[in-house]
Amino acid sequence: MNVLGIDTSNMVLSIALVDDERLRGEYTTNMKKNHSIRLMPALDRLLTDLEMAPDELNGIAVAEGPGSYTGVRIGVTAAKSMAWALGIPLVGVSSLKAMAMNGLFFDGWVSPLIDARRGQVYTGLYQPASEHVRDLDLVEQDRIILLEQWLDQLSQSDRPVLFVGDDVHLHREHIEERLGANARFLSPEGNIPRAAHIARLGLRRLQQRQQNEHTELHTFAPAYLQLAEAEAKWLSRQKDQQQTEGSAK
Amino acid sequence: MMKNKSLNWQERMRHKYERDRATGGPVHILAIETSCDETSAAVIRDGQQILSNKISSQVEIHRRFGGVVPEVASRRHVENITLMLEEALDEAKVSLDDISAVAVTYGPGLVGALLVGVAAAKSICFARGIPLIGVHHIAGHIYANRLVEPLQFPLLALVVSGGHTELVLMERDYDFQVLGQTRDDAVGEAYDKVARSLNLPYPGGPHIDRLAQQGEVTIDFPRAWLEEGSYDFSFSGLKSAVINTLHNAEQRGETLRTEDVAASFQESVIDVLVEKTIRAATEHDVRQILLAGGVAANRGLRGRLRERTQKEGIPLLIPPLELCTDNAAMIGAAAHVLYERGIFAEMDLNAVPGLSLS
Ligand SMILES: [Zn+2]
Repeated sequence: MNVLGIDTSNMVLSIALVDDERLRGEYTTNMKKNHSIRLMPALDRLLTDLEMAPDELNGIAVAEGPGSYTGVRIGVTAAKSMAWALGIPLVGVSSLKAMAMNGLFFDGWVSPLIDARRGQVYTGLYQPASEHVRDLDLVEQDRIILLEQWLDQLSQSDRPVLFVGDDVHLHREHIEERLGANARFLSPEGNIPRAAHIARLGLRRLQQRQQNEHTELHTFAPAYLQLAEAEAKWLSRQKDQQQTEGSAK
Repeated sequence: MMKNKSLNWQERMRHKYERDRATGGPVHILAIETSCDETSAAVIRDGQQILSNKISSQVEIHRRFGGVVPEVASRRHVENITLMLEEALDEAKVSLDDISAVAVTYGPGLVGALLVGVAAAKSICFARGIPLIGVHHIAGHIYANRLVEPLQFPLLALVVSGGHTELVLMERDYDFQVLGQTRDDAVGEAYDKVARSLNLPYPGGPHIDRLAQQGEVTIDFPRAWLEEGSYDFSFSGLKSAVINTLHNAEQRGETLRTEDVAASFQESVIDVLVEKTIRAATEHDVRQILLAGGVAANRGLRGRLRERTQKEGIPLLIPPLELCTDNAAMIGAAAHVLYERGIFAEMDLNAVPGLSLS
């Protein structure tokens, strides 16, 4: 089974092709440059180098977010459209889990982290799976949360926590202040999400699910973890209105 | 048998193009349009025949915000895009195997919205070794007319919508000269803003048009003719004049008939649009005048333009309503010209929000 992995959800652009046994090829850059321009030429080059035609793909796995709204949309739209055009299944993988996979062998919790401005971060909590399969179990759902609040929560436990992600350095002092020696970090290479992990997770999920289960391709949408600002404002206005109406009664 | 495995997309699609040209069958273009708040996909045969034209409009979603919210529009495009594509193929009773090329609007428009269409188009082309065609949104609006009647050159197109007000001269196929454009608000934008100050719901254009039919021109609003001989437009002064008039009346405790305000405003808009169009058409001795864009639905504008073109003896083309507002069929109609010429886009095609026409 050949599975293509794609991640354009943050600054990193990463694509990879895996089969059942091997990682066959991977291309990753970490620079502020347009994913819209670069994704398809990169895919074209990777498959051409691997002497592989797109119709030999059996599935596509894509980082579904959270991250840059535009970045996530480029990857998800490309993955959806290719899967549709080829008639193959699509699998979404959390962009946070993709990062956390770099901590697969860490004895403790893994907290992937993406800065979301105004003191907030996108994060979740993962730990190595109990089974022998090389995978991570979810401990705490992906979310957007004030870093302060997240660190409060983590400091309740004595477990060491590995922080993964290129944005971790922005908050490293703050994290160390709160968690002391339990706060662990990786070398720069470990902070980059790798499409190989995404493709591998996708391939496993496709093998496990087989006939009975499949992602509904058409309705597949990014995991933004946040409403669009205008929607959030509109909803809070509606709520205010309901409250005033309620108190008027 | 040659092994195609190590061919890149460029080579695969060139082979397909040459093969398809040699076979000489019908040209089916799968077209995509996501530049604003409509997600649309269409299949066009030979640049003229609509096999399908699916449109998922978000107007209901954006109504609550009083205008199009780019982030919301982009999100909906991602959710709708493959479904629209599949419905377009199904309705056209063709499969991707029958598609000669994929065409997509790559500008101008909302960048986040355009990006969805561009990403989808490129991915389909890459996956299936199909040629890719990038189309200018306004070229699409103009070529919507080709779905109704063959175009005859030279022609003049008046493109009026929420985002555009342009007078475009075409001396040849797919050759655009922008004679004039708005220096501030687009016509549709001015309509929406005036509608808001009249407390009419979004989108306001149709409401003003409807009310104008029932009102009388009682207020002499300004007409921005600009410099002698200029084909440019300006609507912000007119818009401010309407808002000031309403404001002053309110302060004096007077009530103006909404119908009359709408009629007076619309009269001022139409005067300038129609007179400049006729002037440009006469100067360039055109064989056709085309009306295009969402505001082409405006009955006042249609009526006056019809009257004036008849008087001048110039044939007028106005596409049916569903081809005036944003749709993918028009993109397919325009793309066909580029297909015939073998002008294709590359895999690095990007959304260009401020793309110029000429
Ligand atoms: Zn338009």
